[in-house]
Amino acid sequence: MSELSWRERLTRGLSKSRDRLSGQINSLLGHTAELDEDFWEGLEESLVGADFGLTATEDIVSELRRVSDARALPDATAIKAELVRLIAAEFPTEGDPFQFVPVTVLLVGVNGTGKTTSAGKLAKQAVDEGKTVLLGSADTFRAAAAEQLDVWAQRADVEIVRRERGSDPASVAFETVERAEALDCDLTIIDTAGRLHNSPDLMRELEKVQRVTRDRANDPVFTVLVLDATTGQNGLTQAREFNKILALDALILTKLDGTAKGGIAVAIARELQIPLVRIGVGESIEDLRAFDPEEFAWALISGNGDEGEGE
Amino acid sequence: MFDNLASRLQEVFAGLSSKGRLSEEDVDGALRQIRLALLEADVNYQVAKDFIAQLRERAIGADVLSSLTPGQMVIKLVLDQLTELLGGKATRLVLSNRMPNIIMLVGLQGSGKTTAAAKLALHLRKKGKKPLLVAADVYRPAAIDQLQTLGRELSIPVFVGEGGIASDPVAIAQAGVRRAVDEMRDLVIIDTAGRLQIDEAMMAEAEAIKKATRPDQIIMVLDAMTGQEAVNVAKAFSERLDFDGVLLSKLDGDARGGAALSIRTVAGKPILFASTGEKPSALEEFHPDRMAKRILGMGDMVTLIEQAQEAALEEEISDEDTERLAAGRFTFDDFLTSIKQMRKLGGLGAIAKMLPKEALGGAALDESKLDDGMVNRSEAIIFSMTAAERANPKLLNGSRRARIAAGCGMTVMDVNRLVKQFEEAQKAMKQYMPKLGAKKKRPKKKNKKKKR
Repeated sequence: MSELSWRERLTRGLSKSRDRLSGQINSLLGHTAELDEDFWEGLEESLVGADFGLTATEDIVSELRRVSDARALPDATAIKAELVRLIAAEFPTEGDPFQFVPVTVLLVGVNGTGKTTSAGKLAKQAVDEGKTVLLGSADTFRAAAAEQLDVWAQRADVEIVRRERGSDPASVAFETVERAEALDCDLTIIDTAGRLHNSPDLMRELEKVQRVTRDRANDPVFTVLVLDATTGQNGLTQAREFNKILALDALILTKLDGTAKGGIAVAIARELQIPLVRIGVGESIEDLRAFDPEEFAWALISGNGDEGEGE
Repeated sequence: MFDNLASRLQEVFAGLSSKGRLSEEDVDGALRQIRLALLEADVNYQVAKDFIAQLRERAIGADVLSSLTPGQMVIKLVLDQLTELLGGKATRLVLSNRMPNIIMLVGLQGSGKTTAAAKLALHLRKKGKKPLLVAADVYRPAAIDQLQTLGRELSIPVFVGEGGIASDPVAIAQAGVRRAVDEMRDLVIIDTAGRLQIDEAMMAEAEAIKKATRPDQIIMVLDAMTGQEAVNVAKAFSERLDFDGVLLSKLDGDARGGAALSIRTVAGKPILFASTGEKPSALEEFHPDRMAKRILGMGDMVTLIEQAQEAALEEEISDEDTERLAAGRFTFDDFLTSIKQMRKLGGLGAIAKMLPKEALGGAALDESKLDDGMVNRSEAIIFSMTAAERANPKLLNGSRRARIAAGCGMTVMDVNRLVKQFEEAQKAMKQYMPKLGAKKKRPKKKNKKKKR
């Protein structure tokens, strides 16, 4: 898939939503001659409306105002470019776990964010790159979670380690790592059960899965939070709590198609300094894409330009 | 649930009430704080704006400034308006006399439809319905397996499309309804695939299922953690499917749930149910008034009482037991029963969340300190006692205590501590039982409410 088409895809995904940020910002930036209070307030509202959250919004806007005054930015176009730069700069660029070989990746997150689907897609992509991959289903709680991952394992033509429902997830993780060693795998992906971050028992269970995996694995183990892009401000709480207990290495943002939101990813990245490494912009396997902060920021605030406005 | 919004509003009002009287700037400041809190709670920004505008007018109309207790007055205004925004009175799921009744569940991917289908089936079975679940999500791998597993665990039959119709959700839904008629089931719950509101083909498919089965109720399942996008989702699903109500999922998280606040205003649809835990029984009817109180930190005692009564019903306390308890003869077996009931209510943390803030000394609750482990240890100690010891705690001499400690892997000190706690509980029982007896009319009141 070419760069252009990926950008197009993201832009298309982001521009689909009717109440889009891009339309609002474009109308603000395009049609407001004066950079008056209304302009700045409107900009704030747009960012809040894109789930940036108040703190990130106020910080970004006040920084933008400062730069705008200091450099006497002449017009809306210049402001827009500066806004893109500010948003993109919030994302750490180092630390993509999938660049390491061999590596073990633990996917964690709240319920329904797309962990199992991401595990499946990542496995298929890696296989297509010629890597040896193993999947482990440490979601022993949700009904048919292992079956779901099994279908993905068949699609990707990789082996899967799974146990019956109700087994100890840490032991499944242990066995997965053991099997990965025997198979000399390049990439091992362990899927875990979705859990709410305010459930201490389940968080302790996850901590144990991570500890057992780390203890057993000789390769680096990365813990990646899978986050639904439609999530609002609770996403930040989720990320904080998972990070506190597991020391997260990276983020995957799913379901970015159909929404001009995803601003919560900016809030998370800036507060916790965790890199966003993959974004899901569609249902097909190749729609789980590497992340580029500039492209993301640009797509988030500019979309398809003027097209969507009349809606 | 809504915890942060509650504490934020409390903060605002604490500042106000300490002054006694308000200036106009005070009101503006409070309104701004409320608006910020609403926005941070993911309330749609337009909804928040309108809310504040209305609140300002009400505040002026109610003449808050000349009130002696302006802080409390503002709280009441916010509470009233929040309740209204959340849908006013509780809206119940309306089922018709048609045989079978059909409920169709729709929503985005990962919102929790399949789990909700099972929970709803269980909930309505408790109300005397004979449900059939229909697995019409043919896209997500193993979605059908998931519903089948849940159905098996709850002993609720699940219809799965086979052969020629295996990949046709419309045909599956139709055949499922026919199956219900054949098997004399009076309720069909159709679990559909997750879909994006902008996915034309999938939305058309949902319309086709609706047309083919003519459901009595279409319920949209919405994740309580959803951000600003919630209103777009609700709007689009409302336009295409004209759904009847919303089931708010994952409310056991700490999301402030502004989506719930927005949805009625923007889509004009009531919230019918709230899903509040991982267990199949963790589904509540949604009560706007209670939710508004909860938002303002006034606790949700009514829900707690209803749940406790339900747990007690399942346990069936006999009259004999009641008499024995009233006489203060409280045994370790009773202790075990109460532990069991507490678990049914979701453990200490879940109970604490529903208590009013002042009951907890007004402090924010550190959930990690609510130790369900302590409860588990008490249980282990009691399990190590003989039946005679449980019935008659006075038997517990030194050597028995040593044996019990060895039996459960704890120290004699732990056993002593539990016995002491138990004796205190017994004393408390003697003190309170007469009072509880006097309040016996409560459950009747509640039954009346249920019939409505």
